[in-house]
Amino acid sequence: MTVQIKTIDLEPKRNTFAHVARRLGADKPASRYQEATLDVQATENFHYKPLWEPEYWHYDTRKTAVVMADWYKPLDPRQFYYSTYNIARANMNQAAEKNFAFVDERGLLTKASAQAQAAIRRGLLPVRHLHWGSNMNMAEMTQRGYGTAVTAPCIFSAGDHLGMAQYVSRIGLLLDGQTGATLDEAKQTWLNDAAWQEIRRLIEDTFVERDWFHLFVAQALGVNGVLLPFMYKKAEAAWTDAAMPIALLTEFMNDWHAEEARWSDSVIKTVAAESDANKALVSEWAKTWIARATAAAKPLSAALLNDDGAAAAAAGAEALKKAASLGLAV
Amino acid sequence: MSGTKKLALRQRYEYLTRGLDWETTYQPMDKVFPYDSFEGIKIKDWSAWEDPFRLTMDSYWKFQAEKERKLYAVLDSFAQNNGQTTISDGRYANVLKLFLTGISPEEYQAHRGFAFTGRHLRGAGARVAAQMQSLDELRHLQTQVHTISHYNKYFDGIAEWPLMHDRVWYLSVPKSFFDDARSAGPFEFMIAIGFAFEYLLTNLLFVPFMSGAAYNGDMSTVTFGFSAQSDESRHMTLGIEIIKFLLEQHPDNLPIVQKWVDKWFWRGHRLLGIVAMMMDYMLPKKVMSWKEAWDIYFVEAGGALFQDLGRYGLKMPKYADIATAEAEHISHQNWAVFYQYTHAAAFHTWMPDNEHLDWLSEKYPNTFDKYYRPRWEMWAKMEKEGKRFYNPALPQLCQTCQIPMAYTEPGDPTTICFRSTQYKGDTYHFCSDGCKDIFCDEPEKFVQAWLPVHQIFQGNCGGATVPDVLKWYHMNVGADNMDYVGSPDEKLWNEWHAEKLRQAG
Ligand SMILES: [Fe+2]
Ligand SMILES: [Fe+2]
Ligand SMILES: [Zn+2]
Repeated sequence: MTVQIKTIDLEPKRNTFAHVARRLGADKPASRYQEATLDVQATENFHYKPLWEPEYWHYDTRKTAVVMADWYKPLDPRQFYYSTYNIARANMNQAAEKNFAFVDERGLLTKASAQAQAAIRRGLLPVRHLHWGSNMNMAEMTQRGYGTAVTAPCIFSAGDHLGMAQYVSRIGLLLDGQTGATLDEAKQTWLNDAAWQEIRRLIEDTFVERDWFHLFVAQALGVNGVLLPFMYKKAEAAWTDAAMPIALLTEFMNDWHAEEARWSDSVIKTVAAESDANKALVSEWAKTWIARATAAAKPLSAALLNDDGAAAAAAGAEALKKAASLGLAV
Repeated sequence: MSGTKKLALRQRYEYLTRGLDWETTYQPMDKVFPYDSFEGIKIKDWSAWEDPFRLTMDSYWKFQAEKERKLYAVLDSFAQNNGQTTISDGRYANVLKLFLTGISPEEYQAHRGFAFTGRHLRGAGARVAAQMQSLDELRHLQTQVHTISHYNKYFDGIAEWPLMHDRVWYLSVPKSFFDDARSAGPFEFMIAIGFAFEYLLTNLLFVPFMSGAAYNGDMSTVTFGFSAQSDESRHMTLGIEIIKFLLEQHPDNLPIVQKWVDKWFWRGHRLLGIVAMMMDYMLPKKVMSWKEAWDIYFVEAGGALFQDLGRYGLKMPKYADIATAEAEHISHQNWAVFYQYTHAAAFHTWMPDNEHLDWLSEKYPNTFDKYYRPRWEMWAKMEKEGKRFYNPALPQLCQTCQIPMAYTEPGDPTTICFRSTQYKGDTYHFCSDGCKDIFCDEPEKFVQAWLPVHQIFQGNCGGATVPDVLKWYHMNVGADNMDYVGSPDEKLWNEWHAEKLRQAG
C-alpha cells in the first residue's frame, strides 16, 4: 500500500527575479547566492550628494581609478551570503573553541618556557591591532565600494578580522591568567617597539587611502598577502617550545587565510583582466604594497628570528609570485 | 586598566573591542576620521561610551548561524508545501510587493550606512556596535529576498524590485528618506536611523508587517520576523545609547540633536504612511488599525521615552501633535492616492467591501464615515457602472517627502494642505509645515531631490506618455498594476482554491 499525498500541481510563473534572469541569460532557477547578491545595490537616480563628500554619490563607480563595465563580474567563488557566511564561521569557531580548551586544560601556554612566552608577548599579541586596522579597512571598503558582489564579502571580512583580533587577544588572556596585563603590554609594544613601527606605519597609511580598490589591493596583497602569513606561518620558530599550541590557537587564522584568498585573489584577477589600464594600476599597487609590507616585516623578522629579515623576505617573495599568478605585472 | 585581578565580563569585552584601538601617529587622527567634526557634535570623551550589548564575534557567528539554520529550514518547507496557497487571500501578496520594493532596499542602505559609521565614528566601542548592525542589516535584506523569492514565482509585481526601487515614483519616498540619511554626516545617520528609525519608530514598521504576516498565514515572513527580533533589540539598544551619549557629552549637542529628532520624526512619520495604508487597507485579516498602533507605539511608548529623555533637555519632536491628529486620516488619504494611480503602481488596489468598510467605520469613528466612506462608496458605484476612476494627471510632489500633495490641512480634512517657499528664485512646494521646515533648514540639500514627476516632465523617464514611463519602470502592464479584481494574481488564487475545494471533495 502506498500513501498518496495529494498536492495541487503548481507550475511557477517564473523561476527567479527579472534582474537575475537577465544576468543568467534566461529565466531559470537561481541560487540563493545569486538572488541575495546580484544588482541589489541601487545604481541610479540618487537624491542628494553626501554632505561629507559632495564630489561623489554615495554609490559611485568613480571612487576608484579602476574601471569595470560591470561590478557584478568579480563574484565570490565561495558564494557567501549572510547565512552561509555565518554558518561557515560558526563551524570554524567550533574547532577554535576546542583548540582553546585543549591548550587551556593542559596549560600548554603557561607551561611553555619564559623565552617562548616573551616571544609571544612581543611578537604575536600585537598582531591583534593589525587585525583591528584591517577591520577598519574592510568596513571602509564595504561603505565606499561599488556593487554588492564585492562589498558584501567586505563586511564579512571585517567581521573576520575583528574575530581574529579577539582570538589573538584570548591568547594573551590565556598567558596572563585573564587579567589583561599582556594586552596592555602588547599595545605598548605596538605603539613603541621599534620592531613593530613600520608595520604600524603601513596600516595607518592604508587608513587614509581614498581609492577603495587601491585599498583592497593593499589589504589583500600587502597585509593579508605578506604580513599575516609572516606572522602565522613564517615566524613559527620564534615561539620555540610553544610552537605547537600557537599553531592550534591560530588554526582559524590559517584556515581563514586560505579561504579569504580564494575570494580576494579572484576579485583582483577579474578586475585586472578587465583592461590594460586596470592591469597597470593594480600591478603598480600590488608592487608598492607587497614591497612596503616586506620591508615593514623585516625588523620584526630580525627581532623575533634573528634572521636579518629572511623570513619576511620569503613571505614577500611568495606574495609576488601569487600576484604574478593573478596576471599582474610585478 | 589592568592589574592582577581577573577581568570582569565588561572589562573583558572592552579589551576585546575598544582595547584594540589606538591613537594613530603616522597619520593624523583627523585624516583617519575625516567626517566626524563638520556636524558640530562635540565629544569630550569616547571612553564614556557604554557598550549597548556585549557580543564577541565568535558568539555573534554562533547565535546568528543557529537562527539562520532554523529560518532557512522553514523557508524550504514553506516552498515545498506551497505555503503561498494557504495565505488568507491572494490580496495579501500585495503587502509583500510593497515590502520588497519599498522596505528591503532600505535594509540594504542601512547595511552600507552602518558600515560608514562603523568605520568613521572615532569611538571604537561605537564602531563595533555599528558594524554588527551593518552585518545584521545585510542579513535582513538577504533573508527578505529569500523569503519573498518564493512568492515571486507565483505573484506579479515582485520580479523587478531593485530597478523599480530606483525608478518608480512612490518608491522615491523610502529611497529619498534613506538617501537623505546616507548623505548626512555620521552622527546624523546614527540619530536618523539608529535612534529615530530603529528605536522610536521600529514598532510601527516591523510589528505591523510581521503581525500582518502572522494573521494572514504567511509563515515564512513571520518566521523571518521572529528571527530578526533579537537583531532588532540590539539595534534598539544602540539607538538609545547613541542619543544619550551625544546628549551627555556636551550641552552644545542638544540643539543639534533636537533638530535631527524633529526632522527624522517627521520624515519617519511621512514614510510610515505606507505602513498605515497597508494595515488599514491591504491586510485581508486585520491586526489593528493604524490609529490604534500609533496610539500604543507612538503616543504611549514614545511619550514615555521622551519623558525619560527630558532629563537631557530633549523635547517631544516638533509637530508630534499634528502627526497624531493625522493618524485619523493618513491611511485613507494614501489609499485614495494609490487607487487613483493604480495604473502606475506595481501592486493591486481595490475598494473595501462592506465588512471592511464597517471595520473602518468602527476604528475611525471621528473621520471615516464623515470624510472617506462616502468617497469609497461612490468609487465602488462607479466601478460597477464601468466607470472606474483613474487620475490621468501627474500629481505634484512634496519637495521633501516626495509624496503627492494629497494630505489635508491640520484641523480641516476637506482642504488640501499646500506650503511653499522661495529659494534662489525658484518656488518649492510642500505637503506640510513639517516638510517645509526640513527643506528650509537644508535647502541646498533638498533642492537636489530627484523628484519623479519633474523627471518625467524633463523627459528622463523613458518618454512623455504614461505607457513610455511604465515601460521604463519595467511594469508588466495588466499584471503588475491595476485592480486586484481581474488580475492574473486573482485568477491564479481562484484556481488554487477551486482545486482545493475539488480535492477536499
Ligand atoms: Fe533591519
Ligand atoms: Fe534594524
Ligand atoms: Zn512632505
